[in-house]
Amino acid sequence: MIRLEHVSVTYPDSVVPVLRDVDLRLPEGELCLVLGRTGAGKSTLLGTVNGLVPHFTGGLLSGRVLVDGRDTRTHPPRELADVVGVVGQDPLAGFVTDTVEEELAYAMEQLALPADVMRKRVEEALDLLGLAELRSRPLRDLSGGEQQRAAIGAVLTCHPRVLVLDEPTSALDPTAAEEVLAAVTRLVHDLGVTVLMAEHRLERVLQYADRVLYLPGDGTVRSGLPAAMMAHDVPAPPVVELGRLAGWDPVPLSVRDARRQAGPLRERLRGRRPAAFASAGPVALRARDVVVRYGDVIAVRQVDLDLAAGQVCALMGRNGAGKSSLLWALQGSGRRAGGTVEVDGQDPAVGSSAQARALVGLVPQSAADLLYLETVDAELVQADTESRRPEGTTAALLEQLLPGIDRDTHPRDLSEGQRLALVLAVQLVSSPRVVLLDEPTRGLDYRAKARLAAVLRRLATEGKAVVVSTHDVEFVATAADRVVVLAEGEVVADGSTADVVLSSPTFAPQVAKVLNPLPWLTVGDVATALDVPA
Amino acid sequence: MAPDMSWTEPLPRALHPMAWWLWALGLATAASRTTNPLLIAVLVAVVGYVVVCRRGDAPWARAFSAYLILGLLVIALRVVFNALIGASDDGHQLFALPSVALPGWAKGIDLGGAVTAEQVLAAVYEGLRLAALICCVGAANALANPKRALRSLPPALYEIGSAVVVALTLAPQLVESVLRVRRARRLRAAPGKGLRNLRAIAMPVLEDALSRSLQLAAAMDSRGYGRSNGAPQGLRRTTSAFVLTGLLALCLGLYGLLDGTAPPLVGLPALTAGLVLSGAGLAIGGRRVRRSTYRPDPWRRAEWAVGGCGVVCAGVMLVAGSYDPLLLHPSLYPLVWPDLPLLPLMAILVGVLPAWLAPRPVRAAARRAPQLQAAAA
Repeated sequence: MIRLEHVSVTYPDSVVPVLRDVDLRLPEGELCLVLGRTGAGKSTLLGTVNGLVPHFTGGLLSGRVLVDGRDTRTHPPRELADVVGVVGQDPLAGFVTDTVEEELAYAMEQLALPADVMRKRVEEALDLLGLAELRSRPLRDLSGGEQQRAAIGAVLTCHPRVLVLDEPTSALDPTAAEEVLAAVTRLVHDLGVTVLMAEHRLERVLQYADRVLYLPGDGTVRSGLPAAMMAHDVPAPPVVELGRLAGWDPVPLSVRDARRQAGPLRERLRGRRPAAFASAGPVALRARDVVVRYGDVIAVRQVDLDLAAGQVCALMGRNGAGKSSLLWALQGSGRRAGGTVEVDGQDPAVGSSAQARALVGLVPQSAADLLYLETVDAELVQADTESRRPEGTTAALLEQLLPGIDRDTHPRDLSEGQRLALVLAVQLVSSPRVVLLDEPTRGLDYRAKARLAAVLRRLATEGKAVVVSTHDVEFVATAADRVVVLAEGEVVADGSTADVVLSSPTFAPQVAKVLNPLPWLTVGDVATALDVPA
Repeated sequence: MAPDMSWTEPLPRALHPMAWWLWALGLATAASRTTNPLLIAVLVAVVGYVVVCRRGDAPWARAFSAYLILGLLVIALRVVFNALIGASDDGHQLFALPSVALPGWAKGIDLGGAVTAEQVLAAVYEGLRLAALICCVGAANALANPKRALRSLPPALYEIGSAVVVALTLAPQLVESVLRVRRARRLRAAPGKGLRNLRAIAMPVLEDALSRSLQLAAAMDSRGYGRSNGAPQGLRRTTSAFVLTGLLALCLGLYGLLDGTAPPLVGLPALTAGLVLSGAGLAIGGRRVRRSTYRPDPWRRAEWAVGGCGVVCAGVMLVAGSYDPLLLHPSLYPLVWPDLPLLPLMAILVGVLPAWLAPRPVRAAARRAPQLQAAAA
């Protein structure tokens, strides 16, 4: 279905090719998972399939890409629209019309399909993706998972033979991600669509993959069956790492596979307990009866929350549960319709934003909003002057958080992880006691997430109270001491990570599911207990 | 009880937007031909009644009252300015404003002075006419889905249509991202004021907008936008030449029609030539665009009827106006109570028929929960 013959891609402003001499053959009806670190060339590889690389992005492509017999050299993306469907990372950015039904029809209108065919296919796509109830709803009002399904439906109506998905679940909560993945696997099974999917959240998708493509970062692509690929040194979900640690053969790809082999390991671990995190310090932030409302919509409903110094607290809950509203209200810059927030006896919402910032630091969801200068260095110097610190303070902080960032880079050219570190350094320079991070794990690869977890733990040991809102259960298992779950603006669960996470099927990390009923959450804990290097 | 089969109300559906526009423009033409306040009042009532009967529950349908307010504002402004500037000596004086002496270079303009009833009435009549035109446009906007109206543009103008649609969706996103960045700035407690602060907000917003546009362009490209219309250069040039000269001739023709003193060749002949030229341009350009429309709005009997009402109304007014202009323009000198002439009144009343001729609009509640309603019934 897809054939890449000696494909190399070089972008105009670089000398090193992103892809080097790639030879691939992907048969029909396969779900193909693309792995690799940020910047390893995953998006480029996906882009070559429908000709966006190089027709749209620029750059030099040598070799040949054939999709269903069509050469992308002579077929620009628009001429491949009936063969390849592409869904980008942010579905909202790719919507052209404003209601679900019109969006589903848009691509068919471009292909000049007759009206009766369009009508029929729209109805089919609505059913296939479970969107029938939403047909006349505005796309902007849909939840993240619904938007993602609408975006998939919008390319599906052209009956493409190939579907290209770039991180389809990275912004979604666990349940919405399940919905989207269920829809995708149904397409593969029932319609024989070939799916090429890049995703960092391996724990969600690996079990569905028929083939894994791994981009180590040097421009090459390694291809193989999932089990064979996972036996080697490639980024892997916790279940695979647990399998590697316990020496299981074949390496398990799903929780179900792992549980069947986990009996002896459970026996070895019985009677031991994972090392507890450091106990909580004094209360750093005390919030009572916090209410946030937007007109008639109540986003946060009388929430009480005490944040202890020296603790990392994870804030979880589905999209729209009020996590962001609560964080902004705690920081003092966001709306607060009622209740009190107190840090060191002061309310951050009273007084100047500089005072609020010295009490509570917040890294917003779109961290790049805080950056506006041309170089990293200029941002660091600006942060020093803003907080009246001696020059070099922020730079030293950044060096601690993530060493080795080139100071002359434009902030927009940094990777997600680097940009997050920069913004975190800018927010930490005013040395707040409480640090809040809104969805920092979005778009981070495994390594970047591990580094972030280490940074948060260190902030906690320095005596700060850290709150991180996230959908990523594996990240929570490694980084958080405490989990607070929000639903419809109310706290529905609050307790130690093990207590909250183990009792919930949606929030349980893979290791917990495999070793259930034993209270183990991460591969690292298991490795320490067995006294082997992870 | 057996249903009465002799006449069934047409099923609720959205009327073709062009039918509403034809009706509204017909009534607007009628309004532009008269300053008779009674006729105008009837016309506004007619337009308002049709809007109330046949508008949907979409956001744009609620905009009609805004147009009404705009109309009132126009009348008020006209009266105020007329009283301030256009002082006249003859007629029944209502009151006098202190008059201001202007320097020599502004000779001929009187500020203040006596304000007469005739003068105020003339301003009201003129204002009413403008307000009626605004109401007609507002009615068309409230009744016809603006996005669907753009979709029924001729194929050659499709690109312009989709650019407008994209701009309409991107504008709120831009506002959203300005708000987001401003809020984020507070987190950093940036002291910068004025120009520096503007830059701090503008940079992230513009970068955001640019990356969004690129993503949208990539998405549109991969979904077949602009497919197979690699028209030869020559054909494209011919098309634009035709359309441009056509539009120029159209403007010239309209000017000739409205200005009585223009040479006769500039009037109707230029207008016709313009119509033909731009029509030909659109036809040639339309041939190269190969695309189809999902659920196109049909043009059925109801559309003919609604559009026809507008055309009849405008036509009768034009004829009546040329037959006896005084009927449509009541006298101010001497000041008399305006008549209500029968023929123009009938013409305007034809405009109310769409309140019954047009099918009912589909309501969102009905779209959303048909099962619930079926259960309730």
